[in-house]
Amino acid sequence: MSILTWTYIMVGLTFGLYIFIAWISRVRDTKGFYVAGGGVPPLANGMATAADWMSAASFISMAGLISFLGYTGSIYLMGWTGGYVLLALLLAPYLRKFGKYTVPDFVGDRYYSDIARVVALICAIFVSLTYVCGQMRGVGIVFSRFLEVPVNTGVLIGMAIVFFYAGLGGMKGITWTQVAQYSVLIVAYIIPAVFISMKITGTPIPQIGFGSHVQEGQYAGQFLLDTLDKLNHDLGFTAYTQPGAKSMLDVFCITFALMVGTAGLPHVIIRFYTVPSVRAARLSAGYALLFIAILYTTAPAVAAFARYNMIDTINNKPYAEAPSWFKNWEKTGLIAWVDKNKDGIIQYRAGKAIVGKPKFIEKDGKKVLTNKVTNSPNELYVDRDIMVLANPEIANLPAWVIALVAAGGLAAALSTASGLLLVIASSIAHDLYYRMINRRATEKQRLMVGRIMIGLAVCVAGYFGINPPGFVAQVVAFAFGLAASSFFPIIVLGIFSSRTNREGAICGMLVGIIFTAAYIINIKFMHGTAWFLGISAEGIGTVGMVLNFIVTILVSSLTKAPPKEIQELVQSIRTPRGAGAAVDH
Amino acid sequence: MEKNLKEYWSKNVTFMSVLLVIWAVVSYGCGIIFVEQLNAVRFMGFPLGFWFAQQGSIYVFVCLIFIYYIYMQKLDREYDVHE
Repeated sequence: MSILTWTYIMVGLTFGLYIFIAWISRVRDTKGFYVAGGGVPPLANGMATAADWMSAASFISMAGLISFLGYTGSIYLMGWTGGYVLLALLLAPYLRKFGKYTVPDFVGDRYYSDIARVVALICAIFVSLTYVCGQMRGVGIVFSRFLEVPVNTGVLIGMAIVFFYAGLGGMKGITWTQVAQYSVLIVAYIIPAVFISMKITGTPIPQIGFGSHVQEGQYAGQFLLDTLDKLNHDLGFTAYTQPGAKSMLDVFCITFALMVGTAGLPHVIIRFYTVPSVRAARLSAGYALLFIAILYTTAPAVAAFARYNMIDTINNKPYAEAPSWFKNWEKTGLIAWVDKNKDGIIQYRAGKAIVGKPKFIEKDGKKVLTNKVTNSPNELYVDRDIMVLANPEIANLPAWVIALVAAGGLAAALSTASGLLLVIASSIAHDLYYRMINRRATEKQRLMVGRIMIGLAVCVAGYFGINPPGFVAQVVAFAFGLAASSFFPIIVLGIFSSRTNREGAICGMLVGIIFTAAYIINIKFMHGTAWFLGISAEGIGTVGMVLNFIVTILVSSLTKAPPKEIQELVQSIRTPRGAGAAVDH
Repeated sequence: MEKNLKEYWSKNVTFMSVLLVIWAVVSYGCGIIFVEQLNAVRFMGFPLGFWFAQQGSIYVFVCLIFIYYIYMQKLDREYDVHE
């Protein structure tokens, strides 16, 4: 059977499964809709959290990023896993005991202020919207590459599926489909990795394989990582296992901002409201990270294998003899070659080969590259996404494995999109409509508003998926920077310091957000310099977070202590006993 | 009762702080600040600093959360605040 037939079968089967699960877990009350009835077992919540967290970017782009960055790629590996330790130790158990539906709920109640609630609400919506646009685009891209339908049709199909299961089942539907999606995506990630590890190093476990010796070819008998260091050095890149691409301070700040940002992301935090107890919240954070770690420890191995494979199979080889995957992926514009020195041989070196992304025109039945060529000796343009998507082909794996990768990429994008859409819908339907506009709304009305909001959010996300704003890549720095500099400090202080008051929290959040946003806008949109110690836009959330902490503590100590009932509330969330299901005021 | 809860909380905070110190040492210490020195050492075929940054720190993170879970389970029962 052809790859295309296999892909239709795999995608069809998995989509059928998601729809089936959604139908079984449809809900009739707001509690089911917002927190899945509060009865999700820790193991299932761990899987759902892992799927929620691992997006199209984790699945498709991360290994490719690491492949090109080498050691410096660790910022993503450590940054996107280390946050779970903070979440498990500092936030999840207490937020679960507090037991409301959303993050703005906690901020608004703990700081007895609707202003704080609104600030938190706006941040939650902004962070989630930024994120969800990228997911929809990811769905469209996977569709277009593997199923040969236009990107826009892919986005529309994705929208319909997400709306069906998120609208019908709310958090409950999302949770159980995410459990299924995690299973699909992890299998799809591990199988090719095991095959490739076997092929290059003879070890079936990728995590061990990438520290082993190369088995065949001119580097046989050498450590794979030594070979990569040498290849990188010869081609003019920084050695693979050594720092050097970014300053130490910047690496430190970016890692920290990603960790704290992860712990502060509303769609991740909200998952811990769905478990039945504080004990379960602690445990499910452990399961979540365990399930995430399976992919995150495999990714750097895939990165190293892919880099070795790519250089080994195409560098210094005549174009006429290039492998078939090279020609297949040339069509998608993810890889391109310009023969600068007219010798017919592909030379891969450090530096950019061409200006911008490849653009082709048809000429005499052949595709001709129209981009401006740079002075660098490098002749090869390689998109980082190709490292995961084309890996099975590079390693000559069977057609069904390639189809599985397509289903996995879709599972990763859909699961994250649905979690984010629920945050957006609940922020508006619960925090804004019910808590601030219509306190007397009936259960039925609220459920209806929730469903309408999901529908609206799906449409907005779909619109941006079809017409991606040019700044999507830039705004990702925003999502983490804002989550780090707004939510994290005031939630932590809200739990660990009963003296922190409304005035402190509002000032702290505003200072953190304004500083971080101004710094990122200055660099990303106005081409300003990284004036603060050379820290890049991705890492500035760390500084914003520190500012937030300082201002919150300072202002709180200068103004009057929070009311007695708030101090009692803080005491009560510190002990697990009495955590009923999430309550509804 | 009041005193007991204070003691429970301070034990919790102390244990948590210890775990967070380990968290910081493996990631920021071994994985970032001392990566070049550790890279001189070879571990299972990996330069050690690189291994901490791309593998070891993640394994330690997972263990930390489960250790905290087990410890708190015990502490909750000891102070009779469990669910």
